[in-house]
Amino acid sequence: MAKDMAGKWAQQSGAACALRVQGLTLRYQDVLALDNASACFPTGAMTAIIGPNGAGKSTFLKSVLGLEQGEGTVSAFGSPVAAAMARIAYVPQRAAVDWSFPVRVIDVVLMGCYRQTGLLGRITAQTSARAMAALERVGMQAFARRQIGALSGGQQQRVFLARALAQGADLFLLDEPFAGVDAATEAAIIDVLKSLRDTGATIIAVHHDLSTVATYFDRVLLLNRRTIAEGPVATTFTPAALAQAYGPALGGVPLLRSAP
Amino acid sequence: MIWQALLLQGGYNAALVSLGAALLGASAGAAGAFLTLRRRALMSDAMAHATLPGIGLAFLAMVALGGDGRFLPGLMLGAALTAAAGLWAVQRLSRQIHEDAATGAVLASFYGAGIVILTLIQGLGTGRPAGLETVLLGSTAGMLRADALVIGFGGLAVCAALWALRRPLAMVAFDPLHAGMMGIHPRRMDAALMALVLAVVLVGLNVTGLILIVALLVTPAVTARMWSTTVTGTACLAALIGAACGYTGAAISAGVPNLPTGPVIVLLAAALFAVTLLLRGRRHG
Repeated sequence: MAKDMAGKWAQQSGAACALRVQGLTLRYQDVLALDNASACFPTGAMTAIIGPNGAGKSTFLKSVLGLEQGEGTVSAFGSPVAAAMARIAYVPQRAAVDWSFPVRVIDVVLMGCYRQTGLLGRITAQTSARAMAALERVGMQAFARRQIGALSGGQQQRVFLARALAQGADLFLLDEPFAGVDAATEAAIIDVLKSLRDTGATIIAVHHDLSTVATYFDRVLLLNRRTIAEGPVATTFTPAALAQAYGPALGGVPLLRSAP
Repeated sequence: MIWQALLLQGGYNAALVSLGAALLGASAGAAGAFLTLRRRALMSDAMAHATLPGIGLAFLAMVALGGDGRFLPGLMLGAALTAAAGLWAVQRLSRQIHEDAATGAVLASFYGAGIVILTLIQGLGTGRPAGLETVLLGSTAGMLRADALVIGFGGLAVCAALWALRRPLAMVAFDPLHAGMMGIHPRRMDAALMALVLAVVLVGLNVTGLILIVALLVTPAVTARMWSTTVTGTACLAALIGAACGYTGAAISAGVPNLPTGPVIVLLAAALFAVTLLLRGRRHG
Protein backbone atom coordinates (compact mmCIF):
# COMPACT_ATOMS: atom_id res chain seq x y z
CA MET A 1 0.00 0.00 0.00
CA ALA A 2 2.69 2.44 1.06
CA LYS A 3 4.73 1.36 -1.91
CA ASP A 4 1.93 2.16 -4.36
CA MET A 5 1.46 5.62 -2.89
CA ALA A 6 5.17 6.32 -2.97
CA GLY A 7 5.33 5.21 -6.57
CA LYS A 8 2.47 7.50 -7.45
CA TRP A 9 4.22 10.48 -5.87
CA ALA A 10 7.35 9.70 -7.78
CA GLN A 11 5.47 9.66 -11.05
CA GLN A 12 3.29 12.71 -10.46
CA SER A 13 5.90 15.30 -11.21
CA GLY A 14 5.69 16.94 -14.60
CA ALA A 15 9.36 17.91 -14.86
CA ALA A 16 11.95 15.21 -15.37
CA CYS A 17 13.49 13.91 -12.16
CA ALA A 18 17.13 14.93 -11.73
CA LEU A 19 17.16 12.32 -9.00
CA ARG A 20 14.69 9.52 -8.67
CA VAL A 21 14.50 7.18 -5.70
CA GLN A 22 12.28 4.13 -5.69
CA GLY A 23 11.66 1.76 -2.81
CA LEU A 24 14.80 2.63 -0.85
CA THR A 25 15.11 0.36 2.18
CA LEU A 26 18.01 0.17 4.59
CA ARG A 27 18.43 -1.88 7.73
CA TYR A 28 21.06 -1.46 10.50
CA GLN A 29 21.00 -4.88 12.10
CA ASP A 30 17.37 -5.02 13.31
CA VAL A 31 16.56 -1.33 12.96
CA LEU A 32 14.78 -0.20 9.85
CA ALA A 33 16.47 3.12 9.00
CA LEU A 34 14.65 3.57 5.69
CA ASP A 35 11.45 1.79 4.80
CA ASN A 36 10.60 1.78 1.14
CA ALA A 37 11.25 5.51 0.70
CA SER A 38 10.58 6.94 -2.74
CA ALA A 39 10.91 10.42 -4.17
CA CYS A 40 11.41 12.42 -7.32
CA PHE A 41 13.53 15.56 -7.23
CA PRO A 42 12.69 17.60 -10.33
CA THR A 43 15.47 19.25 -12.31
CA GLY A 44 16.01 22.89 -11.40
CA ALA A 45 14.13 22.77 -8.10
CA MET A 46 15.31 23.33 -4.55
CA THR A 47 14.00 20.64 -2.25
CA ALA A 48 14.22 20.42 1.54
CA ILE A 49 14.25 17.01 3.17
CA ILE A 50 12.61 17.41 6.55
CA GLY A 51 11.54 15.05 9.26
CA PRO A 52 12.11 14.31 12.96
CA ASN A 53 15.43 13.18 14.42
CA GLY A 54 16.16 9.61 13.48
CA ALA A 55 13.89 9.82 10.46
CA GLY A 56 16.76 8.68 8.23
CA LYS A 57 17.37 11.95 6.40
CA SER A 58 21.17 11.75 6.34
CA THR A 59 20.94 8.03 5.72
CA PHE A 60 18.68 8.78 2.78
CA LEU A 61 21.31 11.06 1.21
CA LYS A 62 24.11 8.60 1.84
CA SER A 63 22.14 5.67 0.43
CA VAL A 64 21.30 7.72 -2.64
CA LEU A 65 25.04 8.20 -3.19
CA GLY A 66 25.76 4.54 -2.61
CA LEU A 67 27.74 5.41 0.55
CA GLU A 68 25.39 3.13 2.49
CA GLN A 69 24.21 -0.13 1.02
CA GLY A 70 20.43 -0.07 0.74
CA GLU A 71 17.90 -1.87 -1.40
CA GLY A 72 15.94 -0.01 -4.01
CA THR A 73 16.50 1.85 -7.25
CA VAL A 74 18.17 5.23 -7.47
CA SER A 75 18.78 7.00 -10.74
CA ALA A 76 20.25 10.40 -11.51
CA PHE A 77 19.54 12.06 -14.85
CA GLY A 78 18.03 8.80 -16.05
CA SER A 79 21.05 6.62 -15.42
CA PRO A 80 22.35 4.72 -12.38
CA VAL A 81 23.87 7.06 -9.79
CA ALA A 82 27.32 5.50 -10.12
CA ALA A 83 27.38 6.48 -13.80
CA ALA A 84 26.30 10.05 -13.07
CA MET A 85 28.61 10.65 -10.10
CA ALA A 86 30.61 13.35 -11.91
CA ARG A 87 27.48 15.52 -12.01
CA ILE A 88 26.70 15.10 -8.30
CA ALA A 89 28.23 17.07 -5.44
CA TYR A 90 27.79 16.22 -1.78
CA VAL A 91 28.35 18.60 1.12
CA PRO A 92 28.69 16.61 4.37
CA GLN A 93 27.56 17.61 7.84
CA ARG A 94 30.12 19.80 9.55
CA ALA A 95 30.43 17.32 12.38
CA ALA A 96 31.68 14.67 9.96
CA VAL A 97 34.89 16.56 9.13
CA ASP A 98 38.26 16.47 10.92
CA TRP A 99 38.96 20.20 11.27
CA SER A 100 42.49 19.75 12.60
CA PHE A 101 43.56 18.13 9.32
CA PRO A 102 46.57 19.90 7.76
CA VAL A 103 44.80 21.24 4.71
CA ARG A 104 44.28 24.79 3.48
CA VAL A 105 41.07 26.21 2.10
CA ILE A 106 42.36 26.17 -1.48
CA ASP A 107 43.45 22.52 -1.11
CA VAL A 108 39.94 21.49 -0.06
CA VAL A 109 38.44 23.25 -3.08
CA LEU A 110 41.05 21.67 -5.37
CA MET A 111 39.88 18.26 -4.15
CA GLY A 112 36.67 19.07 -6.03
CA CYS A 113 38.75 19.32 -9.22
CA TYR A 114 40.24 15.83 -8.87
CA ARG A 115 38.38 14.51 -11.89
CA GLN A 116 40.10 17.16 -14.01
CA THR A 117 43.59 16.74 -12.59
CA GLY A 118 43.51 12.99 -12.09
CA LEU A 119 46.09 10.84 -10.36
CA LEU A 120 49.26 12.17 -11.96
CA GLY A 121 48.06 15.37 -13.61
CA ARG A 122 49.56 18.66 -12.53
CA ILE A 123 47.38 21.36 -11.05
CA THR A 124 47.34 23.79 -13.96
CA ALA A 125 46.70 27.52 -13.85
CA GLN A 126 43.28 26.76 -15.29
CA THR A 127 42.43 24.40 -12.44
CA SER A 128 43.64 26.89 -9.84
CA ALA A 129 41.57 29.62 -11.46
CA ARG A 130 38.54 27.37 -11.32
CA ALA A 131 39.09 26.73 -7.64
CA MET A 132 39.58 30.42 -6.91
CA ALA A 133 36.43 31.28 -8.86
CA ALA A 134 34.48 28.83 -6.72
CA LEU A 135 35.88 30.47 -3.58
CA GLU A 136 34.95 33.91 -4.88
CA ARG A 137 31.42 32.76 -5.46
CA VAL A 138 31.00 31.96 -1.78
CA GLY A 139 32.96 35.06 -0.73
CA MET A 140 35.93 33.17 0.68
CA GLN A 141 38.73 34.10 -1.75
CA ALA A 142 40.57 36.06 0.94
CA PHE A 143 40.89 32.89 3.03
CA ALA A 144 42.44 30.64 0.36
CA ARG A 145 45.69 30.02 2.26
CA ARG A 146 44.18 29.59 5.71
CA GLN A 147 44.15 26.24 7.41
CA ILE A 148 40.52 25.05 7.56
CA GLY A 149 40.57 24.64 11.34
CA ALA A 150 41.21 28.39 11.67
CA LEU A 151 37.83 29.28 10.13
CA SER A 152 34.46 29.81 11.78
CA GLY A 153 31.75 27.23 11.32
CA GLY A 154 29.98 29.26 8.67
CA GLN A 155 33.19 29.87 6.73
CA GLN A 156 33.95 26.15 6.82
CA GLN A 157 30.54 25.39 5.40
CA ARG A 158 31.15 27.87 2.59
CA VAL A 159 34.47 26.19 1.76
CA PHE A 160 32.70 22.87 1.33
CA LEU A 161 30.12 24.54 -0.85
CA ALA A 162 33.01 25.93 -2.93
CA ARG A 163 34.43 22.43 -3.28
CA ALA A 164 31.06 21.31 -4.65
CA LEU A 165 31.00 24.30 -7.03
CA ALA A 166 34.53 23.60 -8.30
CA GLN A 167 33.42 20.10 -9.14
CA GLY A 168 31.09 21.55 -11.80
CA ALA A 169 28.16 19.44 -10.63
CA ASP A 170 24.53 20.21 -11.40
CA LEU A 171 22.98 18.10 -8.67
CA PHE A 172 23.84 19.21 -5.15
CA LEU A 173 23.13 17.15 -2.05
CA LEU A 174 23.68 19.00 1.22
CA ASP A 175 23.42 17.51 4.71
CA GLU A 176 22.19 20.23 7.06
CA PRO A 177 24.12 23.08 5.42
CA PHE A 178 22.86 25.60 7.99
CA ALA A 179 23.70 23.65 11.14
CA GLY A 180 25.98 25.70 13.37
CA VAL A 181 26.41 28.65 11.01
CA ASP A 182 25.72 32.31 11.69
CA ALA A 183 22.89 34.23 10.05
CA ALA A 184 25.18 36.01 7.56
CA THR A 185 26.58 32.71 6.34
CA GLU A 186 23.13 31.20 6.12
CA ALA A 187 22.07 34.08 3.89
CA ALA A 188 25.24 33.77 1.79
CA ILE A 189 24.77 30.04 1.32
CA ILE A 190 21.12 30.37 0.39
CA ASP A 191 22.01 33.09 -2.14
CA VAL A 192 24.56 30.82 -3.80
CA LEU A 193 22.14 27.89 -3.81
CA LYS A 194 19.37 29.99 -5.34
CA SER A 195 21.68 31.33 -8.04
CA LEU A 196 22.72 27.74 -8.80
CA ARG A 197 19.08 26.75 -9.07
CA ASP A 198 18.43 29.69 -11.38
CA THR A 199 21.09 28.34 -13.75
CA GLY A 200 19.30 24.99 -13.84
CA ALA A 201 20.99 23.09 -11.04
CA THR A 202 19.03 20.81 -8.73
CA ILE A 203 19.45 21.34 -4.99
CA ILE A 204 18.51 18.86 -2.28
CA ALA A 205 19.21 19.74 1.34
CA VAL A 206 18.47 18.05 4.63
CA HIS A 207 16.97 20.89 6.63
CA HIS A 208 16.02 21.30 10.27
CA ASP A 209 14.54 24.75 10.64
CA LEU A 210 10.88 24.47 9.72
CA SER A 211 10.43 28.25 9.94
CA THR A 212 12.63 28.87 6.88
CA VAL A 213 11.38 26.05 4.66
CA ALA A 214 8.88 28.23 2.82
CA THR A 215 11.31 31.11 2.16
CA TYR A 216 14.28 28.97 1.12
CA PHE A 217 12.83 26.04 -0.77
CA ASP A 218 10.53 25.25 -3.68
CA ARG A 219 9.65 21.75 -2.62
CA VAL A 220 9.72 19.52 0.44
CA LEU A 221 10.14 15.84 1.04
CA LEU A 222 8.69 14.86 4.41
CA LEU A 223 10.52 11.79 5.55
CA ASN A 224 10.08 9.56 8.54
CA ARG A 225 11.83 6.39 7.46
CA ARG A 226 9.28 6.25 4.66
CA THR A 227 8.00 9.04 2.45
CA ILE A 228 5.23 10.91 4.28
CA ALA A 229 4.63 13.49 1.57
CA GLU A 230 6.46 15.24 -1.23
CA GLY A 231 5.62 18.13 -3.50
CA PRO A 232 5.66 21.93 -3.77
CA VAL A 233 5.94 23.78 -0.46
CA ALA A 234 2.59 25.51 -1.00
CA THR A 235 0.58 22.31 -1.20
CA THR A 236 2.69 19.81 0.72
CA PHE A 237 4.12 21.73 3.69
CA THR A 238 0.85 21.56 5.61
CA PRO A 239 0.07 21.13 9.30
CA ALA A 240 -1.58 17.82 8.54
CA ALA A 241 1.47 16.43 6.75
CA LEU A 242 3.78 17.76 9.46
CA ALA A 243 1.67 16.16 12.15
CA GLN A 244 1.93 12.91 10.27
CA ALA A 245 5.72 13.19 10.05
CA TYR A 246 6.54 14.64 13.48
CA GLY A 247 3.56 13.59 15.53
CA PRO A 248 0.63 15.83 16.55
CA ALA A 249 2.64 18.17 18.81
CA LEU A 250 4.06 20.05 15.82
CA GLY A 251 0.80 20.49 13.99
CA GLY A 252 0.45 24.05 15.26
CA VAL A 253 3.92 25.32 14.32
CA PRO A 254 3.77 28.71 12.61
CA LEU A 255 4.85 27.78 9.11
CA LEU A 256 5.45 31.11 7.48
CA ARG A 257 7.56 32.86 10.07
CA SER A 258 10.13 34.98 8.26
CA ALA A 259 13.72 33.85 7.94
CA PRO A 260 16.09 34.96 10.71
CA MET B 1 84.62 7.78 15.71
CA ILE B 2 81.07 9.18 15.79
CA TRP B 3 82.19 12.33 14.02
CA GLN B 4 83.97 10.27 11.41
CA ALA B 5 80.82 8.28 10.79
CA LEU B 6 78.65 11.40 10.68
CA LEU B 7 80.92 12.94 8.08
CA LEU B 8 80.97 9.76 5.98
CA GLN B 9 84.64 9.17 6.82
CA GLY B 10 84.10 5.89 8.61
CA GLY B 11 84.73 3.87 5.51
CA TYR B 12 82.67 3.04 2.44
CA ASN B 13 80.48 0.48 4.18
CA ALA B 14 79.61 2.69 7.14
CA ALA B 15 78.74 5.52 4.77
CA LEU B 16 76.51 3.22 2.76
CA VAL B 17 74.74 2.07 5.93
CA SER B 18 74.16 5.66 7.06
CA LEU B 19 72.76 6.64 3.68
CA GLY B 20 70.56 3.53 3.66
CA ALA B 21 69.23 4.42 7.11
CA ALA B 22 68.58 7.98 5.92
CA LEU B 23 66.51 6.73 3.00
CA LEU B 24 64.63 4.35 5.30
CA GLY B 25 63.94 7.27 7.64
CA ALA B 26 62.67 9.37 4.76
CA SER B 27 60.30 6.66 3.55
CA ALA B 28 59.09 5.94 7.08
CA GLY B 29 58.46 9.64 7.73
CA ALA B 30 56.53 10.13 4.50
CA ALA B 31 54.50 6.92 4.81
CA GLY B 32 53.89 7.69 8.48
CA ALA B 33 52.47 11.10 7.59
CA PHE B 34 49.75 9.54 5.46
CA LEU B 35 49.29 6.68 7.95
CA THR B 36 48.69 8.97 10.94
CA LEU B 37 46.41 11.26 8.93
CA ARG B 38 44.39 8.17 8.06
CA ARG B 39 44.46 7.18 11.77
CA ARG B 40 45.99 3.80 11.16
CA ALA B 41 49.19 4.21 13.20
CA LEU B 42 48.59 1.22 15.47
CA MET B 43 47.88 -0.99 12.47
CA SER B 44 51.52 -0.59 11.45
CA ASP B 45 52.61 -1.76 14.91
CA ALA B 46 50.55 -4.94 14.59
CA MET B 47 51.96 -5.43 11.11
CA ALA B 48 55.54 -5.03 12.31
CA HIS B 49 55.15 -7.50 15.16
CA ALA B 50 53.45 -9.95 12.81
CA THR B 51 56.65 -10.14 10.73
CA LEU B 52 58.44 -12.14 13.44
CA PRO B 53 56.96 -15.61 12.83
CA GLY B 54 57.57 -15.11 9.12
CA ILE B 55 61.23 -14.32 9.75
CA GLY B 56 61.64 -17.47 11.83
CA LEU B 57 59.84 -19.67 9.33
CA ALA B 58 61.80 -18.19 6.41
CA PHE B 59 65.04 -18.89 8.28
CA LEU B 60 64.00 -22.51 8.83
CA ALA B 61 62.92 -22.90 5.20
CA MET B 62 66.18 -21.49 3.83
CA VAL B 63 68.29 -23.66 6.14
CA ALA B 64 66.23 -26.71 5.15
CA LEU B 65 66.91 -25.91 1.52
CA GLY B 66 70.63 -25.79 2.27
CA GLY B 67 71.01 -22.02 1.97
CA ASP B 68 72.09 -19.21 4.25
CA GLY B 69 69.37 -18.77 6.84
CA ARG B 70 70.07 -15.06 7.18
CA PHE B 71 69.73 -14.17 3.49
CA LEU B 72 67.91 -10.83 3.84
CA PRO B 73 65.55 -10.96 0.82
CA GLY B 74 64.39 -14.41 1.96
CA LEU B 75 63.73 -13.18 5.49
CA MET B 76 61.86 -10.19 4.08
CA LEU B 77 59.64 -12.43 1.98
CA GLY B 78 58.72 -14.54 5.01
CA ALA B 79 58.15 -11.39 7.06
CA ALA B 80 55.89 -9.95 4.36
CA LEU B 81 53.75 -13.09 4.25
CA THR B 82 52.98 -13.25 7.97
CA ALA B 83 52.63 -9.45 8.21
CA ALA B 84 50.00 -9.60 5.48
CA ALA B 85 48.33 -12.45 7.36
CA GLY B 86 48.35 -10.32 10.51
CA LEU B 87 46.80 -7.39 8.66
CA TRP B 88 44.13 -9.66 7.25
CA ALA B 89 43.45 -11.04 10.74
CA VAL B 90 42.99 -7.52 12.16
CA GLN B 91 40.54 -6.65 9.45
CA ARG B 92 38.66 -9.94 9.80
CA LEU B 93 38.43 -9.62 13.60
CA SER B 94 37.29 -5.99 13.36
CA ARG B 95 33.94 -7.25 12.14
CA GLN B 96 33.31 -8.89 15.53
CA ILE B 97 35.32 -6.75 17.98
CA HIS B 98 36.61 -3.16 17.98
CA GLU B 99 39.59 -2.49 15.78
CA ASP B 100 41.91 -1.43 18.63
CA ALA B 101 41.20 -4.67 20.49
CA ALA B 102 41.69 -6.67 17.29
CA THR B 103 45.00 -4.89 16.69
CA GLY B 104 46.22 -5.68 20.19
CA ALA B 105 45.18 -9.32 20.01
CA VAL B 106 46.85 -9.90 16.64
CA LEU B 107 50.00 -8.02 17.63
CA ALA B 108 50.52 -10.11 20.77
CA SER B 109 49.68 -13.50 19.33
CA PHE B 110 51.80 -13.14 16.19
CA TYR B 111 54.70 -11.75 18.19
CA GLY B 112 54.37 -14.58 20.71
CA ALA B 113 54.41 -17.14 17.92
CA GLY B 114 57.50 -15.48 16.48
CA ILE B 115 59.37 -15.58 19.80
CA VAL B 116 58.52 -19.28 20.19
CA ILE B 117 59.85 -20.03 16.71
CA LEU B 118 63.06 -18.02 17.29
CA THR B 119 63.63 -19.82 20.60
CA LEU B 120 63.18 -23.18 18.89
CA ILE B 121 65.65 -22.14 16.19
CA GLN B 122 68.27 -21.24 18.77
CA GLY B 123 67.77 -24.66 20.37
CA LEU B 124 68.34 -26.42 17.06
CA GLY B 125 71.87 -25.11 16.74
CA THR B 126 71.89 -25.25 12.96
CA GLY B 127 72.24 -22.62 10.24
CA ARG B 128 74.14 -19.98 12.27
CA PRO B 129 71.09 -18.36 13.88
CA ALA B 130 73.30 -15.96 15.86
CA GLY B 131 72.28 -12.41 15.05
CA LEU B 132 68.77 -13.28 13.97
CA GLU B 133 67.45 -11.53 17.07
CA THR B 134 68.79 -8.22 15.73
CA VAL B 135 65.52 -7.95 13.76
CA LEU B 136 63.91 -7.06 17.10
CA LEU B 137 65.85 -3.89 17.85
CA GLY B 138 67.93 -3.41 14.72
CA SER B 139 71.65 -3.41 14.28
CA THR B 140 73.64 -2.00 11.45
CA ALA B 141 76.83 -3.58 12.75
CA GLY B 142 77.96 -6.21 10.30
CA MET B 143 75.38 -5.16 7.74
CA LEU B 144 76.35 -6.22 4.25
CA ARG B 145 76.72 -3.79 1.40
CA ALA B 146 73.96 -5.62 -0.47
CA ASP B 147 71.65 -5.18 2.53
CA ALA B 148 72.35 -1.45 2.64
CA LEU B 149 71.54 -1.20 -1.06
CA VAL B 150 68.24 -3.08 -0.60
CA ILE B 151 67.35 -0.72 2.25
CA GLY B 152 68.31 2.41 0.30
CA PHE B 153 66.51 1.53 -2.91
CA GLY B 154 63.51 0.20 -1.01
CA GLY B 155 63.21 3.52 0.80
CA LEU B 156 63.54 5.46 -2.44
CA ALA B 157 60.86 3.36 -4.14
CA VAL B 158 58.42 3.94 -1.26
CA CYS B 159 59.04 7.69 -1.41
CA ALA B 160 58.45 7.74 -5.17
CA ALA B 161 55.20 5.79 -4.85
CA LEU B 162 53.96 8.09 -2.08
CA TRP B 163 54.75 11.14 -4.18
CA ALA B 164 52.73 9.73 -7.08
CA LEU B 165 49.77 8.85 -4.83
CA ARG B 166 49.94 11.89 -2.54
CA ARG B 167 46.76 13.54 -3.82
CA PRO B 168 44.34 10.58 -3.65
CA LEU B 169 45.91 9.44 -0.36
CA ALA B 170 45.32 12.88 1.13
CA MET B 171 41.74 12.98 -0.15
CA VAL B 172 40.91 9.55 1.30
CA ALA B 173 42.42 10.54 4.65
CA PHE B 174 40.53 13.85 4.77
CA ASP B 175 37.12 12.81 3.46
CA PRO B 176 36.79 9.22 2.23
CA LEU B 177 33.16 9.70 1.19
CA HIS B 178 34.02 12.61 -1.08
CA ALA B 179 37.10 10.83 -2.41
CA GLY B 180 34.87 7.91 -3.38
CA MET B 181 32.55 10.27 -5.23
CA MET B 182 35.49 11.72 -7.14
CA GLY B 183 36.30 8.32 -8.62
CA ILE B 184 38.94 7.24 -6.09
CA HIS B 185 38.54 3.80 -4.51
CA PRO B 186 39.18 4.42 -0.79
CA ARG B 187 39.69 0.73 -0.07
CA ARG B 188 42.28 0.37 -2.82
CA MET B 189 44.07 3.49 -1.59
CA ASP B 190 44.09 2.07 1.95
CA ALA B 191 45.48 -1.19 0.62
CA ALA B 192 48.17 0.68 -1.32
CA LEU B 193 49.10 2.67 1.78
CA MET B 194 49.29 -0.51 3.87
CA ALA B 195 51.49 -2.14 1.22
CA LEU B 196 53.85 0.85 1.31
CA VAL B 197 53.93 0.81 5.11
CA LEU B 198 54.67 -2.91 4.96
CA ALA B 199 57.57 -2.15 2.62
CA VAL B 200 58.91 0.36 5.16
CA VAL B 201 58.58 -2.21 7.95
CA LEU B 202 60.47 -4.83 5.91
CA VAL B 203 63.19 -2.42 4.87
CA GLY B 204 63.50 -1.26 8.47
CA LEU B 205 63.96 -4.75 9.95
CA ASN B 206 67.75 -4.47 9.94
CA VAL B 207 67.90 -0.82 10.95
CA THR B 208 65.36 0.01 13.65
CA GLY B 209 64.09 -3.50 14.15
CA LEU B 210 60.46 -4.51 14.14
CA ILE B 211 59.61 -3.37 17.67
CA LEU B 212 60.51 0.26 17.11
CA ILE B 213 59.65 0.84 13.46
CA VAL B 214 56.26 2.20 14.54
CA ALA B 215 58.09 5.03 16.31
CA LEU B 216 59.93 5.96 13.13
CA LEU B 217 56.61 5.92 11.26
CA VAL B 218 54.69 7.99 13.79
CA THR B 219 57.08 10.37 15.56
CA PRO B 220 58.45 12.32 12.55
CA ALA B 221 54.89 12.50 11.16
CA VAL B 222 53.33 14.04 14.25
CA THR B 223 56.32 16.38 14.60
CA ALA B 224 56.01 17.57 11.00
CA ARG B 225 52.27 18.06 11.34
CA MET B 226 52.86 20.75 13.93
CA TRP B 227 54.91 22.75 11.45
CA SER B 228 52.92 22.40 8.23
CA THR B 229 49.44 23.33 7.05
CA THR B 230 49.37 20.99 4.05
CA VAL B 231 49.52 17.22 3.62
CA THR B 232 52.38 17.35 1.12
CA GLY B 233 54.28 19.73 3.39
CA THR B 234 53.73 17.43 6.36
CA ALA B 235 54.88 14.37 4.40
CA CYS B 236 58.00 16.09 3.00
CA LEU B 237 59.00 17.50 6.38
CA ALA B 238 58.39 14.13 8.06
CA ALA B 239 60.60 12.53 5.41
CA LEU B 240 63.31 15.07 6.13
CA ILE B 241 63.10 14.51 9.90
CA GLY B 242 63.10 10.72 9.40
CA ALA B 243 66.12 10.94 7.11
CA ALA B 244 68.06 13.10 9.55
CA CYS B 245 67.27 10.77 12.46
CA GLY B 246 68.06 7.65 10.43
CA TYR B 247 71.36 9.02 9.21
CA THR B 248 72.52 10.35 12.57
CA GLY B 249 71.29 7.32 14.48
CA ALA B 250 73.07 4.87 12.20
CA ALA B 251 76.27 6.88 12.40
CA ILE B 252 76.17 7.08 16.20
CA SER B 253 75.47 3.38 16.61
CA ALA B 254 78.28 2.57 14.16
CA GLY B 255 80.66 4.62 16.29
CA VAL B 256 79.68 3.28 19.70
CA PRO B 257 80.12 -0.48 20.18
CA ASN B 258 77.04 -2.50 21.16
CA LEU B 259 74.66 0.43 20.87
CA PRO B 260 71.56 -0.86 19.01
CA THR B 261 70.62 1.30 16.03
CA GLY B 262 66.85 1.34 16.41
CA PRO B 263 66.61 2.86 19.88
CA VAL B 264 69.13 5.59 18.99
CA ILE B 265 67.15 6.60 15.89
CA VAL B 266 63.90 6.57 17.83
CA LEU B 267 65.33 8.65 20.67
CA LEU B 268 66.55 11.26 18.20
CA ALA B 269 63.07 11.45 16.66
CA ALA B 270 61.51 11.70 20.12
CA ALA B 271 63.88 14.54 21.04
CA LEU B 272 62.84 16.51 17.94
CA PHE B 273 59.22 15.87 18.83
CA ALA B 274 59.76 17.12 22.38
CA VAL B 275 61.40 20.31 21.12
CA THR B 276 58.53 20.83 18.67
CA LEU B 277 55.98 20.35 21.43
CA LEU B 278 57.69 23.05 23.47
CA LEU B 279 57.82 25.45 20.54
CA ARG B 280 54.51 24.72 18.81
CA GLY B 281 52.43 22.78 21.30
CA ARG B 282 49.92 25.56 21.78
CA ARG B 283 49.29 26.02 18.11
CA HIS B 284 46.80 23.75 16.41
CA GLY B 285 47.18 23.15 12.68
